[in-house]
Amino acid sequence: MTSLRFRAVALALALLLGVPALAAAAELSLLNVSYDPTRELYADYNKIFAAHWKAKTGDTVTIKASHGGSGSQARAVIDGLEADVVTLALAYDIDAIASKSALIAPDWQKRLPDNATPYTSTIVFLVRKGNPKQIKDWNDLIRSDVKVITPNPKTSGGARWNYLAAWGYALRQNGADQAKAQEFVAKLYANVPVLDSGARGATLTFVQRRQGDVLLAWENEAFLSIDEFGKDKVEIVVPSVSILAEPPVAVVDKTVDRRGTRGVAEEYLKYLYSPEGQETVARHYFRPRSSEVAAKYTERFPQLPLFTIDEVFGGWTKAQQVHFSDGGVFDQIYKPGK
Amino acid sequence: MSIAATEERGSWGGRQHTAIPGFPLTLGITLCYLTAIILLPLAALFLKSTGLGFGGFARTLLDPRTIAAFRVSFGIALAAALINAVFGLLVAWVLERYRFPGRRLIDGLVDLPFALPTAVAGISLATLYSDNGWIGGLLAPFGIDIAYTPNGILVALVFIGLPFVVRTVQPIIADLEHEAEEAARTLGATRLQIFARIVLPALLPAVLTGMALAFARGVGEYGSVIFIAGNMPGLSEIVPLLIVIKLEQFDYAGASAIGVAMLLLSFLILLAINFTQVWMRRRYGA
Amino acid sequence: MAPEHHPGTGAGRIVLILLAGLFLVAFLLVPLAVVFSEAFAKGGAAYLDALGQPDARAAIGLTLLVAAIAVPLNTVFGLVAAWCIAKFEFPGKSLLTTVIDLPFSVSPVISGMVYVLMFGLQGYFGPFLAAHGIKIVFALPGLILATVFVTFPFVARQLIPLMQQQGTGEEEAAIVLGASGWQVFRRVTLPNIRWGLLYGVLLCNARAMGEFGAVSVVSGHIRGLTDTMPLYIEALYNGYDAVGAFTVASLLAMLALVTLVLKAFLEMNYRDDLTLAAAQVSRH
Repeated sequence: MTSLRFRAVALALALLLGVPALAAAAELSLLNVSYDPTRELYADYNKIFAAHWKAKTGDTVTIKASHGGSGSQARAVIDGLEADVVTLALAYDIDAIASKSALIAPDWQKRLPDNATPYTSTIVFLVRKGNPKQIKDWNDLIRSDVKVITPNPKTSGGARWNYLAAWGYALRQNGADQAKAQEFVAKLYANVPVLDSGARGATLTFVQRRQGDVLLAWENEAFLSIDEFGKDKVEIVVPSVSILAEPPVAVVDKTVDRRGTRGVAEEYLKYLYSPEGQETVARHYFRPRSSEVAAKYTERFPQLPLFTIDEVFGGWTKAQQVHFSDGGVFDQIYKPGK
Repeated sequence: MSIAATEERGSWGGRQHTAIPGFPLTLGITLCYLTAIILLPLAALFLKSTGLGFGGFARTLLDPRTIAAFRVSFGIALAAALINAVFGLLVAWVLERYRFPGRRLIDGLVDLPFALPTAVAGISLATLYSDNGWIGGLLAPFGIDIAYTPNGILVALVFIGLPFVVRTVQPIIADLEHEAEEAARTLGATRLQIFARIVLPALLPAVLTGMALAFARGVGEYGSVIFIAGNMPGLSEIVPLLIVIKLEQFDYAGASAIGVAMLLLSFLILLAINFTQVWMRRRYGA
Repeated sequence: MAPEHHPGTGAGRIVLILLAGLFLVAFLLVPLAVVFSEAFAKGGAAYLDALGQPDARAAIGLTLLVAAIAVPLNTVFGLVAAWCIAKFEFPGKSLLTTVIDLPFSVSPVISGMVYVLMFGLQGYFGPFLAAHGIKIVFALPGLILATVFVTFPFVARQLIPLMQQQGTGEEEAAIVLGASGWQVFRRVTLPNIRWGLLYGVLLCNARAMGEFGAVSVVSGHIRGLTDTMPLYIEALYNGYDAVGAFTVASLLAMLALVTLVLKAFLEMNYRDDLTLAAAQVSRH
């Protein structure tokens, strides 16, 4: 009797533990290690690409994606996260993988058109409905009554674009005076109560947790939050000037050669430049490179003067070293936890 | 309770002489397993934190943000343990002393926070206590915000800690002698007097133990808290989250330093509470 | 057990019961109800659709796989450790017991971090592992290790007091009668402790499937590959997909309920075979 009962309970427990389903079907797979606000874009694009690959070669490819702050993601790849392709927020993070791990060839940015950035974006402001604090431009962000939400430049790519966009604005206002620009950015970060590790975390902090008055956001992330949370919650403010954000893509050479996935990985990135790829990109609020596709979406993307990182900061390597390295300018101006 | 020890020392290591086989084997396996799974990794933690040197270690811990995180984690865990002491005692008392329909069900439900994964508790509590949630919506008109403030952390830690107090106190209530209470009653004591003078002193060691366990768990809790806390440095950022942030910045040494400090602090507090308990037991002879 | 001794006056008693009931409803029942209510917020079709996602299936499979490895490991070692501690006297025994308890007082985040420090590419064994093509962190072995760390004490802590209470008399008698060590364990010890063992395994499994903090640190968060159910829930929740997050959460909530029912069943029917169960439960 007890023995029977024992077996019954043990059986129930065994069912609880379950027998793991063995997914053994041998098929092609890719891992795309990406940054935060591209979740929706790549969820969509992966399906489109899989169909394209199937039509082209007859093979089935499944694409896995991992998202997080761009800097954290790059470090995870350096630390051993096995990516076939990386699609990160800025060139420096891919350079870092190339130089610290030699997983990617140093000339990666020349292997695809447009500096290996199939789409661009910019930095805009997201404010609460009706813009209660009347935030119009960058100089409103240093007002003492304004709390600014932006992620951590040490871990997030978007956060570095935010920071450099503010710096570039200040340079323009002050006749290219670096000291004044630093003062401006220091004042701005004095208004930042929390630094999330990625852009998505910052969006949730602003929209869902209702912290702060303005979110510095990727344009695509700002549009997406309006889609998700509704026009009655938040609205977009376009500043007078911003930065041209170029999120690049690259194949991880060592990994694809070892796994034998180079062909599909290269096509995965190239197809982003095709009309279908560019359409998908634009649908998810990234600015397409293709002028034909861009022409269809002129109403979606506001026109504003955009400066590039090469013009103002002399490229990513220099900007990273001056501003975001340990003990760099950002470390000097940010004093958290007041 | 323990083995009837014959106190006959064995030939080596002083182990008890027994006919039962398997001592070297089981001890060997246990030591190897513990070393590989627990001791070596924890040693790596201590070793990594020494990489900072004493100056760097102190600088990491004395950083205002770190201090604030410790204040938030330990302060709110203590507040939650106090709330659980009151309500846990109440629940345990009602479950042990009264019979009413649904008692069995409630008794079983008390363990829910043990069984429910913390991430599930986290998103559920955050939804429930946000401004448009079932409970948050009721409180919002009165200007009470729970989710994404330190109050949210408190709610999560009360949820997590409740079973510790109830399950520690329950068996003691069941064993409580009724004679003293009866005697006091016949002598004309009010029920409040009986509770304060007779019942509470007898239960206090158990309540304290339960609190200590709830507190220790609350200090380290991560999953249920991060969803409902505002995660604002200095205000609602808990120590485990600060560790994760340091890890994401690849500041491994800094994360280890905070981890080491946290281990030592919770250990010290548990030790202190154990001492108090021994002292109480001696004093009240429970 | 305690008879209805002094029910007190009706009013005071009812007030206390209502107060306790209200507290439990608000703090336990309502959060549980929210999980299911949110999961079905867009109807049964959306619920099934969320479960049918390949990433959801992969997360469920991964969680089952991790538990199916970590729980038996900890069961075997829990048995071994309990045998060693309960059946023998030796110096350092209480220290050993304390070490077994250690994971209960370590923050889950630290439990995961220690493995990154050891096995990450920047960690102590990282370069060696990379040179030999062995992946631990950001892969299945890391998830299993972190889960094993967190759930190690459950089986051992349940069995030690039980086996101590039962003493060594029966085993010694069997040895004298010529049984081998393995036979003693199979025929004498195991039948005596089986309910306690089951109880420990049950709690160990619940924690293994639900662990969040420790696995979060070692996972790498690859959807469909290294996201366990709790991590997948977080990813969906952060991706604005509340229905999806609560749908997967509802599976874990059902697991919790089944665990509670089995646990209550064991406690009700085999209280004596579990010994000190109540006191031990409070140690998680």
